[in-house]
Amino acid sequence: MAKKVVEIKGLEYAYPDGIRALNGISLDIFEGESVALIGLNGAGKSTLLLHLNGILQSDIGTVEVLGMMVDKNIREIRSKVGMVFQDPDDQLFMPAVFDDVAFGPINMGFSEEEVKEKVRMALELVNMSGCEARAPYHMSLGEKKRIALATVLSMEPEILLLDEPTSNVDLKARRHLIKFLNELDITKIMATHDIEMVSDTCDRAIVMFEGKIAANGTVEEVLTNSELLESHGLEAPILVKLFRDVMHRENIPLRLNDVIEKPNKYKI
Amino acid sequence: MKHDFLDKYAELDSIIHRLDPRIKIVSFFSFIFLVISTQPTKFLNFLLYFLLIFGVILASKVPLRFVFKRSLIIIPFVLLIAIFIPFLKEGEIAGSYNFASLHLTVTYDGLIILFNVLSKSWLSVLSMLALASTTKFPELLKGFEKLGLPRVMVMVISFMYRYVFVLGDELMRMKCARDARSFGGNRKWHIKTIGNIIGMLFIRTYERGERVYIAMVSRGFNGEIKILDDLHVKKLDLCFMAFFLTILTIIWTVL
Ligand SMILES: Nc1ncnc2c1ncn2[C@@H]1O[C@H](COP(=O)(O)OP(=O)(O)O)[C@@H](O)[C@H]1O
Ligand SMILES: [Mg+2]
Repeated sequence: MAKKVVEIKGLEYAYPDGIRALNGISLDIFEGESVALIGLNGAGKSTLLLHLNGILQSDIGTVEVLGMMVDKNIREIRSKVGMVFQDPDDQLFMPAVFDDVAFGPINMGFSEEEVKEKVRMALELVNMSGCEARAPYHMSLGEKKRIALATVLSMEPEILLLDEPTSNVDLKARRHLIKFLNELDITKIMATHDIEMVSDTCDRAIVMFEGKIAANGTVEEVLTNSELLESHGLEAPILVKLFRDVMHRENIPLRLNDVIEKPNKYKI
Repeated sequence: MKHDFLDKYAELDSIIHRLDPRIKIVSFFSFIFLVISTQPTKFLNFLLYFLLIFGVILASKVPLRFVFKRSLIIIPFVLLIAIFIPFLKEGEIAGSYNFASLHLTVTYDGLIILFNVLSKSWLSVLSMLALASTTKFPELLKGFEKLGLPRVMVMVISFMYRYVFVLGDELMRMKCARDARSFGGNRKWHIKTIGNIIGMLFIRTYERGERVYIAMVSRGFNGEIKILDDLHVKKLDLCFMAFFLTILTIIWTVL
């Protein structure tokens, strides 16, 4: 049995202006899992992510990450839980790429040599070596997203949180990101609208609706259930719609590769 | 959008570009200091100062056209203030003019002051351009910080430099959105939409600030920004500074 890395119990949260963003969330996430939070805008996905590294804290319910209560071990948790924000312009606040990627490791107290090594490693991981001196505002959005990822990877987190990683990204950058996430071997939790990406990168899908968890299961279970998805304002992948709603099959494929690999199972 | 008005040629590679920012800051500010404290009538000195800074600019490979065009920006402002001095200053009269009932006289002393103000400000601008167009902005900031400018001020300038373009883009988008929907309309309405745009920009800036702060906190920020100090003075730097300051002092004292 894999180690439990996130344990949320009865979490409720209201923003200072009274909007109730989370209404009783209970959730366990295990080491090495890749979990998708899907749901409409305003469902509370980002709010939930912000609880996982203690940016937001609530009196109602508990959040335990890597065996530590979040409210009491903030520094330790923030160095182990890396969060990639939706808009890289929020994440890249330094005038040069190097300083941005080095920001986390320096705050963690590493020596100069170690910091440099971590920056080099992180930029290499996202395929952006050699742009240490460049200024973020001269970069394309795809490049900025990769640097934003590097600013977190340089801290070598045990859990990676991603908020809408593929929003506004062009197809090539999206493919690159999906491939990258698949090769990255740590616990990942991502909030997204991109159902196709979920089927390519995640093991588990959690449907959020009005601050609650509406469904929680393997990607196969959740994404092939077009009724469930549609009743929560989401849309099933096109293959699912075809096999389930048009052809009324029993076995429903999620990805094109499933069909190609097992044509007999899906009777085509 | 792509912006590059401040350090447009800072990516070039030349001896001057490779110098340590602190060396450049100290050298170019000494230049300004000495130029300013030179007597107005030492015309030869001003010529030599010019040749010195011209030499530096040549060595930096920054296009001369760019530097001179930029340097002229300051002239109108200086003229606006200084153009009346020759008419007001008393002394030996260089010429007098009559326009209807208006009697104007120009004095030599006044002209010298005008020359003094113009040449000193222009030389100063040239040296600042030589600094700014050969140093990447982040390095410039690091240099200033190492020389004792308070960290808070450096950070404020750094954030400004980082986000002024992001906000500029946001403003452009809002302006496009307005233009795409406005067909005529009267002046009052236009002023009202401009007011709305400014208000929106303010709110967005505020929200942006909050999000940036959250992103910083997520990476362990706790009130103090730390950056790696990777500036090292090299032999080349010291040579340049020695050379530059020696020539400068020679011009200033001997001539
Ligand atoms: N900073 C904030 N202040 C007040 N309300 C907020 C703030 N951020 C989000 N909300 C509200 O909380 C709810 C959940 O938002 P969010 O977690 O951002 O949803 P999602 O990421 O799923 O789109 C929404 O109703 C949103 O309007
Ligand atoms: Mg969100």
